[in-house]
Amino acid sequence: MAKVLMDGNSAIGEAAIRAGCQCYFGYPITPQNELTEYMAAHLSRRKGCSFVQAESEISAINMVYGASLAGVRAMTSSSSPGISLKQEGISYLAACELPAVIVNMSRGGPGLGSIVASQSDYFQATRGGGHGDYRTIVLAPSSVQELADLTHRAFDLADKYQIPVVVLGDGMLGQMKEPVEFKHEAPEELPVRSRALRGAKNRPSRIIKTFTSKPTELEEINWSLYRRYQLIKKEEVTYETFLVEDAELVIVAFGIAARIAKGAIKNARADGLKVGMLRPITLWPFPSAELGELADRTKNFLVFEMNMGQMLEDVQLALEGKGEIFFYGRPGGVIPTPSEVFRVASRLCYQKGLK
Amino acid sequence: MYTRPKSLKMARFHYCPGCGHSIIHRVMCEVIDEMDLQDKAIGIPPPGCSVFAYHYFDVDMAESAHGRGASVATGIKRAYPQAIVFTYQGDGDLAAIGTGETLHAANRGERITAIFINNAVYGMTGGQMAPTTLLDQQTTTTPYGRDARIEGYPIKMSEILALIKGAVYIERTAVNSPANIRKTKKAIRKAFQTQIDDLGFSLVEILSPCPTNWRMSPVEAWQWIDKEMTKEFPLGVIKDITGKEDAD
Repeated sequence: MAKVLMDGNSAIGEAAIRAGCQCYFGYPITPQNELTEYMAAHLSRRKGCSFVQAESEISAINMVYGASLAGVRAMTSSSSPGISLKQEGISYLAACELPAVIVNMSRGGPGLGSIVASQSDYFQATRGGGHGDYRTIVLAPSSVQELADLTHRAFDLADKYQIPVVVLGDGMLGQMKEPVEFKHEAPEELPVRSRALRGAKNRPSRIIKTFTSKPTELEEINWSLYRRYQLIKKEEVTYETFLVEDAELVIVAFGIAARIAKGAIKNARADGLKVGMLRPITLWPFPSAELGELADRTKNFLVFEMNMGQMLEDVQLALEGKGEIFFYGRPGGVIPTPSEVFRVASRLCYQKGLK
Repeated sequence: MYTRPKSLKMARFHYCPGCGHSIIHRVMCEVIDEMDLQDKAIGIPPPGCSVFAYHYFDVDMAESAHGRGASVATGIKRAYPQAIVFTYQGDGDLAAIGTGETLHAANRGERITAIFINNAVYGMTGGQMAPTTLLDQQTTTTPYGRDARIEGYPIKMSEILALIKGAVYIERTAVNSPANIRKTKKAIRKAFQTQIDDLGFSLVEILSPCPTNWRMSPVEAWQWIDKEMTKEFPLGVIKDITGKEDAD
């Protein structure tokens, strides 16, 4: 298919439909409304599909839970304050081993914050977010093309591991328009998952639940989830490297911040500074081992985020004291420019004598 | 012959002596059998005493977060409209934490059925005030009796829901006498039929005894429903725009 010019939010919607998403439940919040509107226009009247503008974020995620129980691919989307409300439902999805895709086009926080792009939901997304011992796979796109590709991958991963998957974008990615190519056609037949609740016809009745009065039973559920998470950590880490082979300073950035950092790196290279980048595409599982290997060659790392330093902690854990870590961040919805990041990187290079 | 309904599992109820849940479970299963719904029904029990309803109903069931039953049921029904989807919810679940979900599911005319158990207390947590607790009723969080100036009034969800256009059948019954149990069964059958006929949202509110938290004997609890609860929550059909005659 030829490329089309599309805003990021709409691209997620189109990619979801092509991934066989059958149910979308949402609630208006800026800066992700184009996605909800896209689904209203393009999914709601499709055969076998359903769209509901719910009365709240809590209701929307619980509708996703219901649709996932019935065995179909289901999605909801929101932005930071709305994602906080969805945490209850995400915990239940994780507990009951139900696949679902949750899109967070994040904005500045805490509280009502702002409607401008931010990356301050990293902790919430990568640490489970709701109550209980669980994880969600977290995918961090950095272009409209990747929003489309990773939305498709999110549905596949959710089904493969029977867990909720978070696509963590931001208001800037959602609003900006770029050429995008959709690599899949919408399926003719919508798949129905095994273990779905569809009435006990020609089989015994089924119960989907976690509640138990026996702690050892719940412990076993937790260990079973843990084993799955270990497998995901082994199998599903993805990341991109950019000019790291000879780099003396490696910038670690994700999502839109990585896009900004790339501009800074090009400027730095033009100045003869050996700066490269590692961009985690899966934020959980985090590319810890890959980062650790880089530290065998490079001793200086600059973590750049649009927050006060959240992924920074994962980088610290990954490097285990190898190399020196610097941080530059702008919280609250401030969007730094490539030349700003270039100034930070070049100052570091000169201070450390990395020429 | 009087036997165990096919859709009621062979299991011993964990409910307290005199509790209404076991009676309601049984009549629901009788209706499910009679209407031949066992292979189509999907039930959503709430957190609370009846969280274990899935150990008794021999139909597909899934747990729900507190108060979110109507949303979960919406998701199931939207994804798979051939199912007959019901929620089983207490007064705290449906009329306090889940008020919004319930009202809006009704307003969308979701083709789901809510079985709403009103026993005027939070049962499993130990008898705290419910939104439906009567005035002057003592609970563990209204130790001096519910005072309208401080705790507000018992909320009448069925009457509120009757104002909602998408709600087409609402009836309040009780399970404190054989006659009332028969009426309850009839109401449940009509509520499921409303869903089968694709007419809209249906709800049966059932006044149900909780002798343990009411600090009464089962017999006193049955009498208290007649003497006190039905004054605040009168029994009968509250709304019926199904256009269907009652069939016995």
